[in-house]
Amino acid sequence: GPIAPAQQAAFLRRLLSSLAVLEQRDGKLNPASLSAISAAQKLGGSVTGFVAGKNIKAVADEIAKIKGLEKVVFVDNEAYEKMLPENFATLLVENIKKGEYTHVLSGNSATCKSIMPRVAALLDVSQISDITGIESEDSTRLAFVRPMYAGNVILTVQSTDSIKVVTVRGSSFPNGETEGGSAATEEGIDSKTAPTSEWVSERMEKSERPELASADTVVSGGRALKSKEEFDRLILPLADAFGAAVGASRAAVDSGFADNSLQVGQTGKNVVPQLYLCAGISGAIQHLAGMKDSKVIAAINKDPDAPIFQVADVGLVADLFQAVPELTEKKNALP
Amino acid sequence: MKIMVAIKRVVDYAVKIRVKPDKTGVETQNVKMSMNPFCEIALEEALRIKESGLASEVVAVSMGTAQCVDTLRTGLAMGADRGIHVEATGALYPLSVAKLLKALVEVEKPGLLILGKQAIDDDCNQTGQMVAGLLGWPQGTFASKVVLDKENQVATVDREVDGGLETLSLDLPAVITTDLRLNQPRYATLPNIMKAKSKAIKKFTPQELNVEIKSDLEVVQVTEPPKRKAGVVVSSVDELLDKLKNEAHVI
Repeated sequence: GPIAPAQQAAFLRRLLSSLAVLEQRDGKLNPASLSAISAAQKLGGSVTGFVAGKNIKAVADEIAKIKGLEKVVFVDNEAYEKMLPENFATLLVENIKKGEYTHVLSGNSATCKSIMPRVAALLDVSQISDITGIESEDSTRLAFVRPMYAGNVILTVQSTDSIKVVTVRGSSFPNGETEGGSAATEEGIDSKTAPTSEWVSERMEKSERPELASADTVVSGGRALKSKEEFDRLILPLADAFGAAVGASRAAVDSGFADNSLQVGQTGKNVVPQLYLCAGISGAIQHLAGMKDSKVIAAINKDPDAPIFQVADVGLVADLFQAVPELTEKKNALP
Repeated sequence: MKIMVAIKRVVDYAVKIRVKPDKTGVETQNVKMSMNPFCEIALEEALRIKESGLASEVVAVSMGTAQCVDTLRTGLAMGADRGIHVEATGALYPLSVAKLLKALVEVEKPGLLILGKQAIDDDCNQTGQMVAGLLGWPQGTFASKVVLDKENQVATVDREVDGGLETLSLDLPAVITTDLRLNQPRYATLPNIMKAKSKAIKKFTPQELNVEIKSDLEVVQVTEPPKRKAGVVVSSVDELLDKLKNEAHVI
C-alpha cells in the first residue's frame, strides 16, 4: 500500500548522508567549524567528518569522540595544512564523489567561504551560503533558510542538485557534545594536486579577550570614538569590565580605530551574544545585519534619532566620553 | 596584460528593502540601483594596476537584464576601456555567472580576473571562487592588498581572514576578490562620463557563449525578518546598569 508521508520522510532521511568539513590549525581542531556537524545532524541521516593536514590522525581521533558522527575521513599530508582552496577543493571533490554524500556542509569562516564555492563549481552544483535554518515543510525535500540584503530579507530556498553544498552560520547551529562518540576513522583519498598558490605569512591579532564570533558579551565602538587612542582608552576597559569580546563598526575599522577582524556587520562578523553593548555606533543597516539577533542590545549614543535605538532594548542618550568611563567604573564596582 | 572585472547591478546599499506581498522576492521596480560597492573596488583596483603600467587594458563585464548597460557605462566612466554585456533574463545564480565569466575569459584571455567578494543583494560570496575553480586558476579572496610582479607572473595578495591577515602568492593568471579596505573607488568626472558614451559595449547571449543557465535553486519564500520589540530609553548610567542586571539578567 501507499507509504504514509511521515514514514516516507523518515525513509528519505535515512538515505541522506552528509559530509561535515572541519578545520584545524597546527593540530588543533577549530571549534567554530563544529557548527557544520550540528547542521548536518539537523538534516538527519548519517554524518561523516572530514579533516586534512599535517600529522592529522590525532585530530581525527579527537573528532571521532564528537557525538553523532558515524565516521571521520582524514588525509594526512602537509600540503593541506593551510587549507589553500586550490588543492583543498580538489581533495574534497574526490572524497565527496567517493563517499557519495548527498550534503556537504562547512562553517562560514573565511577559510571555508573560500573553499566551498570552488568545491560546488567543480561538482557543477550551486552553493547555499550562510544558512541560519533548515526546514522540511513538504516532508520530503529540505529547505534552507538564509539571510540576504544585509539580513533585511530572509530567503527560504530548495535545491534540486544531486549534492547540496552548504555553509552554516555558526551562531544559528550551536555545537553539540564533543565527548561520548565513537566514530570510525578512515583514510581518505589524497588527490595530490600540484599547488598554484603559496602561503607566505600571516599576521594575527593577539588578544586575551573572548573570541568575537562566540562571545557571550560583545562591546563595540564606532566612529564617534574619534581616534584609535580614544577607542583603546574607552572601549577596551569597558569590554574588560564586562568580560566581553571587542567589536567595531565598519566606520571605526575604516578609520583605523580597530583591526579589520573586529568588524561586526554584513561583510564582517555575525555575532549573537547574550548582550551586545555598543557606544558611538549609529546603526547603519550593514552593521545591524551582524548583531540584530543578539538577545539584549544596549546602546549609548548622543544622537536620539540614531537608528541603533530602533533595535536597542536599552538606550542611553548621552555623550559616550562621559558615559563610557562611568559605566566601566560602576560595572567594576558591582559585586 | 589585460584585466577583466566583473560588475553587478544591485539595489543601492542605502535603499530600505521591501519584500513583495506575495513573498516571491523584493521590490526592484522604481528602486534606485547602483554598482555593487565591492565591484566598484574591484574596478578601481584594475584601473590602478593599469595606471601603474602593469596592465594594458581593463574590460568590464556584467550579466543580466538590459539595464546592466547602465552599470557598465558607470564602469566605463570610471575608466574601464570597454564593456561586455551578457544579456540574460531570469534568475542568474553565481554558478551561472561563473560559467559565463569562464566563457568570456576564454574569449578575452585576461591575465587577471577581479571581482567583488560578495554582492550586497544575495550576499552569496561565491562567484569568484567558482570561476577560479572552473578555470583551474588560483584565487586570492577577500583581498586588502594586491602587488603584481609582472616579470615572475605572480600576484602577492593580503587577505582578510578570521583573526587577522594572511599573505598568499598566486601564479598568474589568477582570480582576485576584493574586500572593503583594498582601496577607495574614484568618482567618475563629467568629461569621463561623456567619454564613456563612445566606448564600446559588446553584447553576448548565454547561447552564444555555450552556457546553459541552471535553475537548480527554487525560492520557497522571501520574508522579512522578525521585528524586535521596542526598547526603553534610560536617562543615566545607573539606570542602564540596573536594566541589564535586574530586568534583562545579562550581567
